Amino acid sequence: MKESKGLWKIIGASSVGTLIEWYDFYIFGSLATIISTKFFPPDNPTAAFLATLATFAAGFVVRPFGALFFGRLGDLIGRKYTFMMTLLLMGGATFLIGCIPSYETIGFFAPLAVLLLRLLQGLALGGEYGGAATYVAEHAPENRRGYWTSWIQTTATVGLFVSLLVIMGTRMAISEEAFNNWGWRIPFWVSIAMVLISYVIRKNMDESPLFQKVKEEGKIAKNPLKESFGKKENFKYVLLALFGATMGQGVVWYTGQFYAMSFIEKICMVDKMQSDMLIATALLLGTPFFLVFGALSDRIGRKKIMLTGMLLAVLCYRPIYEKMYQTVAVKNKTENASLRTGQLTNKLNAKTKQTELLYTNHFSYEDGAKKTEVKKVLLSKDNQLIKEELKTTIKISDADWWILVGLVFIQVLFVTMVYGPIAAFLVELFPIHIRYTSMSLPYHIGNGVFGGLLPAVATYLASKANDANNLAVKNNLAQPYESPYLEGLWYPIGVASVCFVIGLIYIKTNNKTKSHA
Amino acid sequence: MRNLRKILGVFWIVLAGLCACFGVVNFGYPKIVSPKGSDDLVFGCIILFVLLPLIVGGLFLFGWYALNGEYDSKE
Repeated sequence: MKESKGLWKIIGASSVGTLIEWYDFYIFGSLATIISTKFFPPDNPTAAFLATLATFAAGFVVRPFGALFFGRLGDLIGRKYTFMMTLLLMGGATFLIGCIPSYETIGFFAPLAVLLLRLLQGLALGGEYGGAATYVAEHAPENRRGYWTSWIQTTATVGLFVSLLVIMGTRMAISEEAFNNWGWRIPFWVSIAMVLISYVIRKNMDESPLFQKVKEEGKIAKNPLKESFGKKENFKYVLLALFGATMGQGVVWYTGQFYAMSFIEKICMVDKMQSDMLIATALLLGTPFFLVFGALSDRIGRKKIMLTGMLLAVLCYRPIYEKMYQTVAVKNKTENASLRTGQLTNKLNAKTKQTELLYTNHFSYEDGAKKTEVKKVLLSKDNQLIKEELKTTIKISDADWWILVGLVFIQVLFVTMVYGPIAAFLVELFPIHIRYTSMSLPYHIGNGVFGGLLPAVATYLASKANDANNLAVKNNLAQPYESPYLEGLWYPIGVASVCFVIGLIYIKTNNKTKSHA
Repeated sequence: MRNLRKILGVFWIVLAGLCACFGVVNFGYPKIVSPKGSDDLVFGCIILFVLLPLIVGGLFLFGWYALNGEYDSKE
């Protein structure tokens, strides 16, 4: 009982810190549109270049470097001090992003400062996870590692959930104009209070007992990087962890939590508020299953659960996304034509003499769904067409909303299966003296690189299918792709399939609680 | 199972080669020469000089170790 009480303290302190780091990382992504208008004006090529660097570099490049840098420190000076450093670095960087004056005020320094702080965020995130997972695992009894470390696994999802809640709460509390002017900074400032509380809690905790023992015995690695990646005996397990576990976990995680969100908003065109709420609901319902599968992995093994999650994802993604698409598609609904309304407004820009025509049409459907089409046409002073934009938003019925919640929930369930046991799996794969370094790198390459590439590769595959269909229509041929909107899924399906085969064949289970190579 | 692990080692090496070709031909090179500007250029450079070496090099080495029976040591 006493041991369990002590563990709760450790879990609490570690999880809250990791949750805050994820929160900090996500709010930048969630507020990217506003941030770009404040710091990265699109008409300025230097600022646009820095924006691109901020987007890609933090996710892809810096995270693995953070894993190496802080992993090495964690194996040299200890887990506790290292993940306290990452927490302060992340919190400080996030708070400062909320304080930077806009591009209009300080010019080029604004996007440069955002880029540097974003890179620091990526670096900190790369170091945090390995520390927290190792720290908790080294406190937990060996036969309950899956359960205790699964608390750490909930933090990425809860961090996303909290970031959505704080942003939605701030939007509701102040006017849209105020939010766009200064209110977007509040979620960044909130971070510092949470970080300070977490810092105080972590400061009073003891070092990991296993690391302490290794230190007392004088067995600390002299050069953790060399021992982790320079020696074949360990490096081969780093590769196995990457290609047999974290690579598949990364794409399943990104598909369930981010691709689903972007698919519902951009492909299905569901209203932003409705889609945010449904994702938040599915995350809330799914999160306890991290603990369920973490605990189950202590009984039946990590490998079985993780690979089952991957296999289910591979088999179910296309049917799930097809169902999501068809649920929202208005072609499957009956329109209530008597309720159709439309209006046209025009605005003349006195300075440029350009005219903006705005056609707004509202459509209602018998199941309660509503579609709004806004067509914006920009005409030059001699009435020549300059630009034409069509934006469609669909407000779905309550019944369809719950169907989408269910479909996203199933995907979150796959996430919990592959992600719940993975911290324990990684910890058990590597020896104590180089554990922090060895487990951090495959985790962040799997998630940052394979997972982070998902939007780019999926968009490429979907747009290639759309282009092929458009060409076929132009040439009066049959369209080669029946469902071009599903083509992007081949990336997570392909990566998860390869990972499943590697995991199945190369990872061995030698007893009930452990999986190793 | 040992033989399967070794034979599949060849497959992972070939897959690494295919990933390299697909990555360079479809992502890296078109993005670098894209007329769209800095967005594509940065992404292309990251793909070619950071991500592809990690993925291709890692998968090749994994295949090589598998082919040499490195994953058969512990049962």
